[in-house]
Amino acid sequence: MNRSLLLKLLSAVIVFGAWEIAGRVPVSYAFPTFFESMYALGVMTFDGSIFTAYAETLKPLVIGVAISAFFGITIGLWVGLSNRFEWLFSPIFVVMQAAPLAALIPILVMAYGIGLTSKVFVVCIMAMPVIVLNTASAVRNTPASIKDMGKSFLASDRDIILKIVIPAASPVIFSGLRLGISAGFIGAILSELKITPTGVGDIITYSRSIADYPSMYAAIFSIIVLAVLFLNLLERTENYLFEGNNRGYVTD
Amino acid sequence: MSQTNDAFAKAVPLDADSAVSVRNVSKNYGDVEALKNLSLEFPRGQLTSLLGPSGCGKTTLLKIIAGLLKPDSGEVEIEGKIISSPGPDRSFVFQDFALLPWASVLRNVAFGLELRGVAKSEREAIAEKYIKNVGLTGFEKAYPHELSGGMRQRVGLARALAVDAQVLLLDEPFSAVDEQNRRKFQEDMLELVRGENKTFIFVTHSIEEAVYVSDQIAILLPRPSRVSEIIRPTSFRGTGKENIRRSPEYLDIVDEIWASLRNYVE
Repeated sequence: MNRSLLLKLLSAVIVFGAWEIAGRVPVSYAFPTFFESMYALGVMTFDGSIFTAYAETLKPLVIGVAISAFFGITIGLWVGLSNRFEWLFSPIFVVMQAAPLAALIPILVMAYGIGLTSKVFVVCIMAMPVIVLNTASAVRNTPASIKDMGKSFLASDRDIILKIVIPAASPVIFSGLRLGISAGFIGAILSELKITPTGVGDIITYSRSIADYPSMYAAIFSIIVLAVLFLNLLERTENYLFEGNNRGYVTD
Repeated sequence: MSQTNDAFAKAVPLDADSAVSVRNVSKNYGDVEALKNLSLEFPRGQLTSLLGPSGCGKTTLLKIIAGLLKPDSGEVEIEGKIISSPGPDRSFVFQDFALLPWASVLRNVAFGLELRGVAKSEREAIAEKYIKNVGLTGFEKAYPHELSGGMRQRVGLARALAVDAQVLLLDEPFSAVDEQNRRKFQEDMLELVRGENKTFIFVTHSIEEAVYVSDQIAILLPRPSRVSEIIRPTSFRGTGKENIRRSPEYLDIVDEIWASLRNYVE
């Protein structure tokens, strides 16, 4: 068995062990043990309620993340390539990133109602700024010498963007995507807690109200697992697309 | 000393015509005068070094010849044509290699051809040939981070050769390479200049390197930047690469250049 897998397993055992012990102490009446939570997760899996919940939660999440990734990278490229766009867009996203989202939700609800639109907005507000700002700074920091190299070998502006700037920026764009998407997961749950309780947010709210803490923690646990799996998938995609990039720059 | 004077006295007027002519070029960065009214001829098929203390504008001049920078006034003529942008007649070797870290050696070497729209199979065949020429056979699939500094610059050199430009511009190509590799490179450069009928323009800050590889050395001095002298070594070119560093003329020229440059070193 390889070493890194062993270490991952070991770290999981330590974390879950600590959780189990903390639950047994107990730290708080509202803090279930690891096994109780896993049992609750098992029950929800077998009666199918967790899948119905995710069918609901994934809607704003997937739409919001897709919009944020597409527009975030596009706008980020623009902002990074042109000073005028930086002027125009950068302040918006800096404000979006710093804004206390929970306080803005009532405004969104007044403007867009309590349906899917508002929830997608929440996901986008969480996910997009970091994607835009990372992409822009990555594009702006493309090493000057490889752009000069492109120019001296007769690259068109389009070649320079597609064959040099984007691949060179990809590690930072992907790290922006990772941060943005994890923020999007938070946004999706936040919107279900703050706007209307549906999906996983409903399980969390409902089980808390009836003091079924194992189910509540099982739902939270499941969303974390999903986020981790998704981020791993993203990392694999990145390594597949830009194989030589994962050891950094030659001149480093 | 006498050897050098001798060399100057015997210096033959340029019989080979110029591949590159730089005429009255000036370039300012804000208030800083990088180049002032500089003129220089680069004979075809030979290697000319631009040598000088840092800040003398040698890299600026090279980038103007490459078309990467525009001069404020003056002109650069290459094979009879005034240039204003990069062209297929020139290729560039970068100090920091400027390789694409996400691309294999093969794709890096073929990148110039890729940008020119050469079909994949054709450009890879050409790239293979130059990879072999620079001694990197077997590393086609490797990525730049897996190579040593010397090997990376070999990739940069192969990329510049693969586009078959008439003029090769080298910006301190061996300064980021270790001493032993640098010596090997310098020996290879001599063969390359003899073997390929191309014009080489070579920026360096190493006096020994310039004297070792050059047919013509242009000494640039700063504040304001100008060509202070042009030295054309005569006696040791044909004597074989092992003997160059022992030639009295080589040693005299190195001393001579150091004597004129030492006042400009802070």
